Amino acid sequence: MIELLQEYGLAYLYSDGSGLSGLAMTLWLFVVSMLLGLLLSLPLALARVSRRAWLRLPVQLYTFVFRGTPLYIQLLICYTGLYSLEVVRDYALLDQFFRNALNCTLLALVLNTCAYTVEIFAGAIRNIPHGEMEAAQAYGLSGWRLNLFLVLPAALRRSLPAYSNELILMLHATSLAFTATVADLLKVARDANAATFLTFQAFGVAAILYMLLSFALVGLFRLAERRWMRFLNPTRG
Amino acid sequence: MNDLLTSGLQGFGPLLAEGTWMTVKLALLALALSLLLGMIGACAKLSRSALLRIPATLYTTLIRSVPDLVLILLLFYSLQIWLNDLTETLGWDYVEIDPFSAGVLTLGFIYGAYFTENFRGAILSVPAGQLEAATAYGLSRAQRFALVLFPQLMRFALPGLGNNWLVLLKSTALVSIIGLADLVKAAQNSGKTTNDMLFFLCIAGLVYLLITTLSNRLLNYLQRRYNTGIKELAR
Repeated sequence: MIELLQEYGLAYLYSDGSGLSGLAMTLWLFVVSMLLGLLLSLPLALARVSRRAWLRLPVQLYTFVFRGTPLYIQLLICYTGLYSLEVVRDYALLDQFFRNALNCTLLALVLNTCAYTVEIFAGAIRNIPHGEMEAAQAYGLSGWRLNLFLVLPAALRRSLPAYSNELILMLHATSLAFTATVADLLKVARDANAATFLTFQAFGVAAILYMLLSFALVGLFRLAERRWMRFLNPTRG
Repeated sequence: MNDLLTSGLQGFGPLLAEGTWMTVKLALLALALSLLLGMIGACAKLSRSALLRIPATLYTTLIRSVPDLVLILLLFYSLQIWLNDLTETLGWDYVEIDPFSAGVLTLGFIYGAYFTENFRGAILSVPAGQLEAATAYGLSRAQRFALVLFPQLMRFALPGLGNNWLVLLKSTALVSIIGLADLVKAAQNSGKTTNDMLFFLCIAGLVYLLITTLSNRLLNYLQRRYNTGIKELAR
């Protein structure tokens, strides 16, 4: 066990000698997909609840497909499927993008988490109390101002519990990255297992690190909920 | 239909169908195991005895905070090593765990933790008066569970059960990583042979989409059935 940690400790945490690895790589995958997924999901959630069918239906199809298929299939399509197309190999820009395993992994993770997040936000938007919308309209807000100052803040606060669940699942989903040769926490564990045959210990270290990350995330969201959802719990104030 | 399968899929129809069957079998068996573990876990977690409550709480907390893929790899390789040690000390023949049983056991074990939380919440939602009334009528423990508690808790448990089933179904794709010849593996093999990876991966995706859509239909039907006698909330 001590030898395992001496030899692979650094790789588990942040560097395997040739670049980012282990915990740091997992965190990087998590933070980038979370931020891009969040950014992309905001306009899509608004489109998802729009009255106009040409805005709503494509987003509906997108979330249906990405929530109905396993992430592993999506990752394989991004990593091996698309690169088998000639079009992709012919354009220098696309070629460069899809040749990089990290890019493909990030693309799959972003598209996947975004689909779930869109549905969470869209559900929260639909459940905004009518009175809040009417009050905002009475104050003269409409169009993008209404969305920016009322709809999004009100919906985002209310979706914090569901969103925290999704983020924990997404953190767990980053462990698929090793199948695309990205040196994340699980890849280091597999390498350590292959080299030392200390199977339980090698994967156990990774499991404990994932567990700590999950607990930290749960703690952070508890703080966020206390701050941004206080108005829903006035008695505890 | 047969014609389409053989010509449309470049002769890989039977392979894909076999993979699909493997995926469905794996998912259903893992579901059965995890429902069983979930029910036991929920009862243990709600028990008055700390001897039952603490292990159940540890089980749900630890399992749900670690990615399923990590647990699958950890258990698959470790189980084999432990089994080898066991057979060696007992002097038995070498027993190899095949990916299918390993997949059923690990997925069942992992999702049992999610179903535990699911059932626990549902049991708590059934009004206590119902069980008290059942006791007052002189029903035995087993009758109380089967005739009073279970039909009522299913109504509260179903939405969560449905979600967890879909997550479980999609997780079965991971078992191909430890070598099971499931739908994903079949699609990958067909893609490699024909040099048409994208096409076969999309077919596999469509099959998953079909299964999840059918599941949703079935879940809606069950929800309506267990909601019998309850007024739907006005929408």
